[in-house]
Amino acid sequence: MRSLLAWLTAVLTVLLAAGWIGLRLTAAPARVDVPSPVQPARATESPRFSTTLRPGPATPRVRTGTADAQGPITVACSTCHQTTKPNPELRSAAELKQFHRGLEYRHGSLTCLSCHQASNYDALRLADGSTIPFAETMTLCSQCHGQKRRDYDHGAHGGMQGFWDLSRGPRTRNTCVHCHDPHAPAQPFVQPVLPPRDRLSVPAKSP
Amino acid sequence: MSTSPAPAPEAAAGGVSRRTVLKGLGATLGLAAYAKAIAPLTEWAPSTSIDEFLQRHYKELSPLDLRVVLQRLEREAKQEYGVDVRISDLKAQPGVKFGYALNLSVCNGCRKCAEACHLENNHDRPSHNSYIRVFEMSRGSMDLEKGNAHYTHPVKQPDKYYLPVQCQQCEHPPCVDVCPVEATWKEPDGIVVVDYNWCIGCRYCEAACPYHARRFNWEKPKIAPEEINRDQGYLSNRVRPQGVMEKCTFCLHRTRAGRLPACLEACPTGARVFGNLLDPQSEIRWVLEHKRIFILKEELGLKPQFFYFFDA
Repeated sequence: MRSLLAWLTAVLTVLLAAGWIGLRLTAAPARVDVPSPVQPARATESPRFSTTLRPGPATPRVRTGTADAQGPITVACSTCHQTTKPNPELRSAAELKQFHRGLEYRHGSLTCLSCHQASNYDALRLADGSTIPFAETMTLCSQCHGQKRRDYDHGAHGGMQGFWDLSRGPRTRNTCVHCHDPHAPAQPFVQPVLPPRDRLSVPAKSP
Repeated sequence: MSTSPAPAPEAAAGGVSRRTVLKGLGATLGLAAYAKAIAPLTEWAPSTSIDEFLQRHYKELSPLDLRVVLQRLEREAKQEYGVDVRISDLKAQPGVKFGYALNLSVCNGCRKCAEACHLENNHDRPSHNSYIRVFEMSRGSMDLEKGNAHYTHPVKQPDKYYLPVQCQQCEHPPCVDVCPVEATWKEPDGIVVVDYNWCIGCRYCEAACPYHARRFNWEKPKIAPEEINRDQGYLSNRVRPQGVMEKCTFCLHRTRAGRLPACLEACPTGARVFGNLLDPQSEIRWVLEHKRIFILKEELGLKPQFFYFFDA
């Protein structure tokens, strides 16, 4: 009986010692590892990602209607316009006798040279006469459409893609000309996507 | 004196009595009717696993339970559609309350938003279902009942304006109040959600919503496997079972990850503004503070988190 008691005491002591050493080694109690859903960062943190504009239009080139091994041959606007005399009075493509004749133009009382630079047709013209590249059309449009530009700058006008929360991802924004044809900026007639076939949407028949 | 009837001649002759024939007929008819009556159960049984039947309410699921449920749903989607979907369960972020604003001056009624919703949220393809209904309204009218949601002519018509209506994520949602089983509730970030596995399909919420924003899955959604959006959320766009309600969740599987809703990204006119109402620097707050805002059916006092405005 006594030997059994001594034996038990010895075993207990060894177990306790082993447990204490084990605890010290792992330094933390073992726990069931339940993966918790990731809690995203707060949205009010300072923005880390940027808002980029969709690339604006490249400097346009005109198709000549011929092609070579590299594809269709295009020429710069200035190719023709260097030798033609600018007409500052021109307000409509209908008055033209050749080139650009099908161009639909509905943009107030502006003339071609309100926005196109007569001294360099590969660029655009601001109201003060200075030259800006085609890629910066937003500046050009904003000269008249200041309220739209204000709304745009505050995210209240213009389509966008990406993240509302700029602390978690970037955003891409359309520029004016992604949605508006600069020669006829009003939204065109479009065929809508067909409606859902649900019964609630059917209008009541008038008696 | 004995008055017991004499045995029927047929019985005496070893035939079958009329009574026996009628009993047999009755029993057969009864059995057939019973079999017909319980037939739906036999169809139901294979489509409902024991796990699904015993699944608890979303709010009572522990993180471990939830993981098991999500894995089961992913497995079932694989069995049913043969696609590997990823069903996440993003939680509401602290400090975020979602708001949506829509510029009616620029909306041209093209229904691109409804189409994007249809694709993003794994809607039933044959019905072309969507959480967004675009009303063609007469200028000067605010009467939703007179709006036409079934126009197919080119837009935008000069004497009309277009009013897209989806869930307004009310501050006091009547759809939540009427649910008899608490299968729908308002999340801390303002989104009214449905636990599709808890919903019993009574459609009270559909009747209670003054914006007609809720939809019922009359049938199991039919979608070609290659068209299924695999980025899914438990409370949002996973393919819904038959017989449950569904609704717009502001694409919470996207928006809780910081992304913009699908309808906003699809809008070709940039009419939609989305963001965090609690962030004073957000776009939505700028709109609320600088534009003339109105809400639909304000007199009902439901405080929608969806705002409309016209350009001044």
